[in-house]
Amino acid sequence: MKKIIKYIILDILKNRIVIAYTLLLLVISLSLFMLEDNPAKSILGLMNITLIIVPLISIIFCTIYLYNSNEFIELLVAQPIRRTRLLSGIYLGLVASLLVAALVGIGIPILLYSPTGTGLTLLLTACGLSIVFASLALLAAVLTRDKAKGIGLALLLWFYFSFIYDGLVLMILFQFADYPMDNTMIGLSMLNPIDLGRILLLLQLDISAMMGFTGALFQDFFGSRAGIIFASFVMLAWMILPASYAIRKFRNKDL
Amino acid sequence: MIIATNVNKRFGRLQVLSDISLTCNKGQTIALIGPNGSGKTTLIKCLLGMVIPDSGFMTVNNKNIARDWAYREQIGYMPQISRFPDNMTIEQVIDMVKDIRSGSSRHLDEELLQAFDLPSLYGKRMRTLSGGTRQKVSASLAFLFNPDILILDEPTAGLDPLSSEILKEKIQKEKSKGKLTMITSHVLSDLDDLVSEIVYLQEGKLRFHSSVSSLQKDTGEEKLNKVMARIMQQNR
Repeated sequence: MKKIIKYIILDILKNRIVIAYTLLLLVISLSLFMLEDNPAKSILGLMNITLIIVPLISIIFCTIYLYNSNEFIELLVAQPIRRTRLLSGIYLGLVASLLVAALVGIGIPILLYSPTGTGLTLLLTACGLSIVFASLALLAAVLTRDKAKGIGLALLLWFYFSFIYDGLVLMILFQFADYPMDNTMIGLSMLNPIDLGRILLLLQLDISAMMGFTGALFQDFFGSRAGIIFASFVMLAWMILPASYAIRKFRNKDL
Repeated sequence: MIIATNVNKRFGRLQVLSDISLTCNKGQTIALIGPNGSGKTTLIKCLLGMVIPDSGFMTVNNKNIARDWAYREQIGYMPQISRFPDNMTIEQVIDMVKDIRSGSSRHLDEELLQAFDLPSLYGKRMRTLSGGTRQKVSASLAFLFNPDILILDEPTAGLDPLSSEILKEKIQKEKSKGKLTMITSHVLSDLDDLVSEIVYLQEGKLRFHSSVSSLQKDTGEEKLNKVMARIMQQNR
């Protein structure tokens, strides 16, 4: 498995899209830090961009990469190696390259301009989201045979977590405005990794006060140590569950 | 060496393989022939564990291959279409497969690599290679580990005449060492003097499996082209 990870990383780090993605992140974060005097404000701007771009590029790039390596995966399946190990190797290789891109593109500017707890949280969120969406990409690529359908599914997943989900939550909130929704809201935010990342960051930035009662509630829950640990576990589940389901499906897939 | 027993496979409504039973022995060179969509590639994929049969089983060296992976150490496979990760060089691809198979103690057979003059292209990225060169890489990989069983899916498609001659000579040579070779091809003239047995598949069914010499005797023809044409006429 280690061997596969190594060669996949060697391949992806020379990939033009990944290089362009790293540079894009680098340029955005550097320019945001240079434009603003107050690093906290830049972090807020960077967060809004990161929460859109990182999941999008991660899921689309991984799905396309997996479909393009279809024939190569077939060749490797014919070698004496376990299928589960093969796919785990490819997945971890993809994740590792995305992490390198995020660490260089966001990590270096943060280290230079705002090496604080908030900056670190942003970096961790970006890394976490990269992994989560690579994992969802693996699921999309294993479940659908057709490339166009697979990429469509990947885009839909991204769209769902970025926009549709928030709309649904708002709708639920308005519909049940007369009922106490505090715990439900916390539960709902767990079901979307992007929201989870956003809430964790906003709490770090101390602007939760602007979110009214819900903000106070979030502060109460996610501000506590138990809340943070719980949120990390949920994030971890988002990273592991789709990928492990995909790997299990792949074991019995006809290639 | 390879025994298939009542293998069935269905993709949706399409019965791709129905009740295939087949025995292949050491030293044979078997041509898998059949029209497009007759299940040749699916049969090969079942053998390699890429497609899992709905019912029936296959054994390689008397071991059931279902849910096993170690048996593939004895198999060299050249797929119909070869694509490799864009940014890997030829050398990296070869090293990667070597690394994966490093557990086996078989000595490496780099004859084909040298014959195709691939070492001079080692630094080239896979993206920049022509289809024929990729086929050469994939053929060399199939022979590299000196496997007992060779499975070649349309090996000469896309190769220039010189290279396909080199490949045929290599197959001939491995045959004389007592290896089992399975070839699918639509170019029957490529298979002349190469194969000893013919397996004919049609619509997922095994029509016949017999030796070339007996087929030649039955039809009174010498060339494989003519032999097959005669048989198809008779079947009609």
